[in-house]
Amino acid sequence: MIGKRHGIEVSIALADAVKLCDADVIAAYPITPQTHIVEHLAELVAEGELDAEYIPVESEHSALSACLGSAAAGARTFTATAGQGLELMHEVLYVASGMRLPIVMAVANRALSAPLSVWGDHSDAMAVRDTGWIQIFTENGQEVVDQIICAFKIAEHHKVLLPVMIHLDGFNLSHVIEPIEMPDKQGVCDFAPHRRSPLTLHPSRPVAMGDFAPPVIFTEAKWAQEQAMLVVKPTIVEIWEQFAEKFGRTYKPVECYKCDGAKNLLFTMGSFSETAMTAVDKLRQAGVDIGLVRLRLWRPFPFEEFCAAVKDAETLLVLDRCISSGGPGGPVASELKSALYKLDKKPKVVSFVGGLGGRDITVAGFEKIIVDGLELAETGQERIFEIVGVRE
Amino acid sequence: MQNLGIYASRLVRKEENFVPGHRACIGCGEALAVRLAAKAFGKNTIVVNATGCMEIVASQLPYTSWKLPWIHTLFENSAAVASGIEAGLKAQMRKGKLPQEDIKVAAIAGDGATLDIGLQALSGAMERGHDFVYLCFDNEAYMNTGIQRSSATPFGASTTTSPAGRAKAGQMSWKKDMPAIAVAHNIPYVATACPSYPFDLIEKVKKGLETRGPTYIHILSVCPTGWRCDTEISVMLGRLAVETGVFPLYEVENGKYKMSMVPDKLKPVKDYMKLQRRFRHLKPEAIDSIQARVVEEYEKLLEKAK
Ligand SMILES: Cc1ncc(C[n+]2csc(CCOP(=O)(O)OP(=O)(O)O)c2C)c(N)n1
Ligand code: SF4
Repeated sequence: MIGKRHGIEVSIALADAVKLCDADVIAAYPITPQTHIVEHLAELVAEGELDAEYIPVESEHSALSACLGSAAAGARTFTATAGQGLELMHEVLYVASGMRLPIVMAVANRALSAPLSVWGDHSDAMAVRDTGWIQIFTENGQEVVDQIICAFKIAEHHKVLLPVMIHLDGFNLSHVIEPIEMPDKQGVCDFAPHRRSPLTLHPSRPVAMGDFAPPVIFTEAKWAQEQAMLVVKPTIVEIWEQFAEKFGRTYKPVECYKCDGAKNLLFTMGSFSETAMTAVDKLRQAGVDIGLVRLRLWRPFPFEEFCAAVKDAETLLVLDRCISSGGPGGPVASELKSALYKLDKKPKVVSFVGGLGGRDITVAGFEKIIVDGLELAETGQERIFEIVGVRE
Repeated sequence: MQNLGIYASRLVRKEENFVPGHRACIGCGEALAVRLAAKAFGKNTIVVNATGCMEIVASQLPYTSWKLPWIHTLFENSAAVASGIEAGLKAQMRKGKLPQEDIKVAAIAGDGATLDIGLQALSGAMERGHDFVYLCFDNEAYMNTGIQRSSATPFGASTTTSPAGRAKAGQMSWKKDMPAIAVAHNIPYVATACPSYPFDLIEKVKKGLETRGPTYIHILSVCPTGWRCDTEISVMLGRLAVETGVFPLYEVENGKYKMSMVPDKLKPVKDYMKLQRRFRHLKPEAIDSIQARVVEEYEKLLEKAK
């Protein structure tokens, strides 16, 4: 079922995907670079193209709180945010996952103040990585659209019932115009029909949600939530397979590009991966032994797939778009190191931090990362991490 | 209240929606107020509870005191969660995902949750016009965390963050006028109530629930633990608050003020204050100035209700 591809801004296409999923409630609070998403949804509701309650709340804290209420009442619920907005939602994120509410949220990744920056990096996503949400990173506009559709199906699946964050890089992805094939309405309805949660707030069957848990029960509650998080990966993979069957596009937790037989691997997340691929292509032509591993599923972390992808490599060059301040460098690099710990033969990890606050990394930039990284792997990395392109 | 008190007890629902077995302190006026409000809710109400005493005492896993669908999420967001529930139900009924029926939404919260940390969410929800009733159970401090001052704490009260000492005589600013803030949002119904006047409270909660759009009810709830008073006098103290003019009972329907009860003559505030050890450090001059301010505020209110 290959449809026609149209040039469209990714944020707009994302909002159109939410329309295709027929969301019931949308809570909206503006923040760059997410604004176009909620603006377009407002238009769709105003034009009667999407039958939804659109709640223009007074803060992100309330945006996600309204989502808690509407999802608890069984409605298909969507919101979008970025950077400071995601930070303002922080405490509410834990409630959404702890209550197992299937909310879908798009995050147009943005740096965190101070200094103020509206441009992209992954600091916002990393700050909320332990909040119990499923987190998926996207690479291009098509993937954004497809993952939004999958997100509703994943979140509402009875084996999952967890909120899902779809990350798209602010500006680098949210604001670009790309050729995108929009799935057809009927196809989406068939693929991801709204499944109401088994327990909702309704007088016909009173339930108490969000009770107070003394120490004798809190650990059990959290363990149950963690078990749920750990077993969702096969369901996510299954839903992606069903998506591939229906719409012809395949998604996996970890993607490998020119990895076969490669001794050296570059690791990225998000939209920079496409630039990185071009750099890999160029260096391969020049005879450099390099491949690219890209992570799509960040939470739950796909340990097996990741280890399988890198097990034969000697070097792993990791690019983080966030600094874990005063800590082990990039949060992703440190997590990858811990994932590798149990392997007998581990690749050497060279950690890079770059692309902060909207700083671009060009193809040439990635070539330099690869060349420098391979050299550092030889000589040994003295610093905990290398910072890309900084003017010292 | 007309003559409601004479026959109303027979009209009150016998069934409890907030049932015994919770862990509130002895003499808790807030638990009594919640019980009366829950009677008024009836069966078709979803309750959203902010963090605070009433959530803690009534929802400890694996028990609950609530016979109604109930949700607690956080301290500051009950109005926002209520907005979401209302919107979620509305959309699903319109789209045929749920049968059409009249389901009410009630948000309940303490004074800290309402006047301080949750004021933004409440203001937003009132301004957007969601159809829900918001009940503030005002015990005049953050009681659940141990009697810290809130912006509802009355002038002169000693709390753990506004302690009376040699240099300071307790809370040094006047109580925030939350009902007036609600009125300023041009919502259709605002009222004050106190569980010492149970039928009045029940009637007002019903009215709040039945009125379409956002409604706000501010309920004075005596807290013997925080007010440092004897546990058996909490109902009487509530009455004294009203009879002294410290907490007047009134309604504001579409901006029109109406007194619910006007005592022939206000009792002196010291009769009210002397029963509470939170005020015991106050000098007679301080009590005189509080007395003057109470009368001034009360008269302003009578003027509005003319
Ligand atoms: C964001 C946040 N800050 C602080 C707290 C701690 N806290 C829990 S209950 C409470 C006091 C509640 O006071 P109030 O709303 O007046 O209700 P009461 O307990 O007096 O009924 C506080 C400060 C919290 N739960 N969340
Ligand atoms: S501290 Fe006060 S409000 Fe809280 S349960 Fe005890 S008496 Fe009631």
